[in-house]
Amino acid sequence: MAKKIGTPRTPVREQDPAVRAGNFEEVCLGYDAVEARQEAERCLNCKVPRCQGQCPVHVDIPGFIAALAEGDVAKAADVIGRDSSLPSVCGRVCPQESQCEGACVLGVKFEPVAIGKLERYVGDWAIAHASERAVECAPRNGKRVAVVGSGPAGLACASDLARLGYEVKIFEALHKVGGVLVYGIPEFRLPKDRIVAQEVEAVRRLGVEIETDVVVGRTMTVDDLLDREGYDAVFVGSGAGLPRFMGIEGENLNGVFSANEFLTRANLMHAYRDESDTPIYAGRKAVIVGGGNVAMDAVRTAKRLGAEAVIVYRRSEAELPARVEEVHHAKQEGIEFRMLTNPVRVLGDENGWVRGLECVEMELGEPDASGRRSPIVKDGSNFEIDCDVVIMALGTSPNPLIKSTTEGLETNRRGCIVADEDGRTSRPGVFAGGDAVTGAATVILAMGAGRKAARAIHDYLSPSSDK
Amino acid sequence: MFKIVSKRELAPNITEMLVEAPRVAASARPGQFVIVRVDEEGERIPLTICDYDREGGTVTIVTQSVGISSAKINALNEGDAFLDFAGPLGRPTDLMDLTDEELRRTKVLFVAGGVGTAPVYPQAKWLHEKGVRADVIIGARTKDLFTYVDEMRRVADVYLATDDGSAGYHGLVTGLIKDLIDNQGKRYDRCVVIGPMIMMKFAAQTTKEYNLPTMVSLNALMVDGTGMCGACRVSVGGETKFTCVDGPEFDGHKVDFDEAMRRQAMYRKSPKTDPATHHCECQGHELNLTK
Repeated sequence: MAKKIGTPRTPVREQDPAVRAGNFEEVCLGYDAVEARQEAERCLNCKVPRCQGQCPVHVDIPGFIAALAEGDVAKAADVIGRDSSLPSVCGRVCPQESQCEGACVLGVKFEPVAIGKLERYVGDWAIAHASERAVECAPRNGKRVAVVGSGPAGLACASDLARLGYEVKIFEALHKVGGVLVYGIPEFRLPKDRIVAQEVEAVRRLGVEIETDVVVGRTMTVDDLLDREGYDAVFVGSGAGLPRFMGIEGENLNGVFSANEFLTRANLMHAYRDESDTPIYAGRKAVIVGGGNVAMDAVRTAKRLGAEAVIVYRRSEAELPARVEEVHHAKQEGIEFRMLTNPVRVLGDENGWVRGLECVEMELGEPDASGRRSPIVKDGSNFEIDCDVVIMALGTSPNPLIKSTTEGLETNRRGCIVADEDGRTSRPGVFAGGDAVTGAATVILAMGAGRKAARAIHDYLSPSSDK
Repeated sequence: MFKIVSKRELAPNITEMLVEAPRVAASARPGQFVIVRVDEEGERIPLTICDYDREGGTVTIVTQSVGISSAKINALNEGDAFLDFAGPLGRPTDLMDLTDEELRRTKVLFVAGGVGTAPVYPQAKWLHEKGVRADVIIGARTKDLFTYVDEMRRVADVYLATDDGSAGYHGLVTGLIKDLIDNQGKRYDRCVVIGPMIMMKFAAQTTKEYNLPTMVSLNALMVDGTGMCGACRVSVGGETKFTCVDGPEFDGHKVDFDEAMRRQAMYRKSPKTDPATHHCECQGHELNLTK
């Protein structure tokens, strides 16, 4: 098969930056059938697919792209479906540049295949054709598994177990299903009704039951699930929901929010819509502290709510942990980036509201434990940024609720549940994965952990069965 | 959906509802709260649990209408349902950390104001079931605004205070605390205050004069109620705590009430704002304290 190796990557259509900075509609419009096939044809179908090796759930990337290049989208969906239950989500939010696309051979000399955009195309096609597609599950084996949390880890674990024949029920603390996919990631990056709810629906079609408003650790404990409710095993995928603050002066002033609060109001509660009863406040000028995806989500949400929006980050642009596409989109939308800047104090007015942020300039020193050059304060460089809202996007830790109510469940000093590679915890029958184990990471890593745990739960509950 | 089994009006704009929520009823303990949502566009509203029936599977809540969301709650009728009713949230009252023996040696004073009276009830009732009788001060602007007095009398010794002298002690709850201790020979080992923030602030100041250990139940703004958002953060003894997971009860002598009240008013500028949370501050009674 002759490949036109030098063919440029197929551009993807996006909403005009000037328009989208004022709405919450999805930024990226995705490929159509012609574009998807054209991009799929760029794939070299490598013998040793480096892309697949970099995917935390090992999606057969050349396999699905080959099907797509042949015009068989249904087959492409089946290929992805073997390893991922959330292709529409992952195609949109995975850091492809550091995973599959980062490993694409084409990327050495040219641009990598747009694997994320192709996955998204296939996922969206599968959603549109859900009713025509068969659901394949092993016959019920009579064993029951409870899954705590309906985020990516829980959904992935539940899907795999349901396919293996287990009766699975997910318990979700909030009123909506999806975890960080609904409370954390904004509508303009990941549409809730059109995408998240549909992929959740696909998990339900496998026979997985989902009960909302159940806060495990309060409404019921993990032990209640095992003893009182009679589940044979429990998977804990409760995420990392606890926001961090800097511990600087003025952090409790009115107008200082955690990114979690700001984004939960916007995403889970739809506070940006007039019909929603939940209020949200982005102020006249909002400064967002941090450089990760959550910081980008918060700053772009503030901008859409009409505020002048600024990112303050203590390292330089090269170290920004956010996805490249998010930084690019944020800049297009007119977000100001102030790099090598670190807050030291939030300044308040006489009514206790934010009136500014005192910062220092930083410079990069020697590499630290993470391998990144560590930021050092430039003495005497203090200056003020005028603003009336400050949003802290400094990362999150696991919620201590389950740890504190589950005897014998070992956690580390960062509050993360201790689990082995396959999700086994210190308690027999209790498995864990995702951010609850690793601390805040990515959707796809959580899914990978959920899948591994599903396999381990299967080994635990059906040790002698043929697999 | 969580069905409203019964509803009754306790005072103007204050209603009590029994809600079918078997999972919450099974694990609720005194001092905890629930988060409710009325409809798809509704806020997540924290409400302190006022009673629970484990066998019947119901939880009792009391709400005063003061804004959009609380009015939406009170507009629901028997047979209607809450879209969401999650809990129990927060930590139970720390009275529950005491052994039965310790409880028998402990004289507890509860101070209740406004819609804070109903949330005191499960604590007093729980003590009563342990064979311990507590004193309960209930304050209101005038006698028509009292709620839960009969229920409370069944489980505790009740002392009323009204601003206008229409029932009980003529004056504020702070005056009655002093009167009971100074003039009526009462001795207390612990105090729990539940009511509007301003009333809790001054009640805690009063008990501090007597070195009486005092817990207050804070009604901070919340979104998720599970420790995720940090909207409910409060300074206690100079440390930042989350009301939803570290509270809602805190040492009243250490809470920064001025900050807490300022934070509670954070969204008051918003056209959507609703100050109603666990027990709102709209009783004129308490506002007199600041005059």
